[in-house]
Amino acid sequence: MKGSLIIVGFFILGVIAGAAGWLSIDKTGFDISFAALACLMFCVGLGVGNDLGALRALRTLPKMLLTLPLLTIAGTLAGCALIALLLPWRPLTDVLAVGSGFGYYSLSSIFITEYRGPELGTVALLANIVREIITLLGAPLLARFFGPLAPVSSGGATSMDTTLPIITRVSGKEFVILSIYHGFVVDFSVPFLVTFFCSL
Amino acid sequence: MFRIILIMAAGIGAGWLLRRRRLTWLGRVTDALIWVLLFLLGVEVGGDERIIRGMASLGLEALVISTAGVAGSALLALLLWRRARRGREAARK
Repeated sequence: MKGSLIIVGFFILGVIAGAAGWLSIDKTGFDISFAALACLMFCVGLGVGNDLGALRALRTLPKMLLTLPLLTIAGTLAGCALIALLLPWRPLTDVLAVGSGFGYYSLSSIFITEYRGPELGTVALLANIVREIITLLGAPLLARFFGPLAPVSSGGATSMDTTLPIITRVSGKEFVILSIYHGFVVDFSVPFLVTFFCSL
Repeated sequence: MFRIILIMAAGIGAGWLLRRRRLTWLGRVTDALIWVLLFLLGVEVGGDERIIRGMASLGLEALVISTAGVAGSALLALLLWRRARRGREAARK
C-alpha cells in the first residue's frame, strides 16, 4: 500500500510539473523515458539472470497458465460489454474497441482516431493510459485480492514492458516469462481486435 | 519494442555472470527507476494539452471503461489461478 502511494505521489508530481511547464519531454531528441525504461529492463534482466532458479520455476507452473492471454482478452471484453450498459450514448462496439487497446494506448488511439474520429480516439488514449496507470499503481492490491496472475492480466499488452517491473516485484520472478509471453500475445491481438470492432 | 527485449536479455546475461554475488541493491534501484518512470509519464500527461483538456469530460468515461476491463480480466485471472493451484495440489497427492 505504501509502495502504491509513493508511486501515485511521483506520478502526480510529474503531472504538476508537466502541466505547469517546468519540464517537458521532447521525444525527438534524447528520449529520457526510453533511457529510464531501458535501465529498468536491464535491472529486471539482472535480477532474472542472477537467480535462474526463478526461471526454472516457470516449468513448475501449470501448463494451463498459457491460456492467460485469452482470458485477459475475454475478461476485458466482457467487463467492457457490461459497462457499456452504463454508457448508452456510446455504441457497444465503440466501447469494445476502446477496451481492445489493452493498455497499448499509442497504437489503439491512432487506429480509433482514424476509424471513429478524434473524440473516441481521445477516450481510447485516456482509457488505455489509465489501464497502465491502474496496473502500475494497483498491482499490489490486485495481487492481494485476485492472485499473482491479476497484475499480468491487468497489464494487458504492457505486461511485457512498462508494467513488467512492477509485476516482477509484486507477483514474483517466476512470472516474468509468463508476463512477457502474455504481453506479446495480447499486444499482437490489438490491431486485429480494434479494427474488427471499428468495422462492425 | 525489440530493443527493450534485447536490453533485458543483456541484463539476464550480466546477471548470470554475476550469479555468485547477491545483488542486494537491485530491488531498491528497481523501485527508484519505477518512480522516475512514473514521474516522467506524469510529465508527459501533464504536458499534453489534448489530454488535460479532455480529462474532465472524457476522463471519467475512460476511467469507467478501463476499470471495467481490468476488473473483468482480473476476475478471470483469479479463476485461472485457483484452478491451476487446485490442479497442482491434486497432482502432488
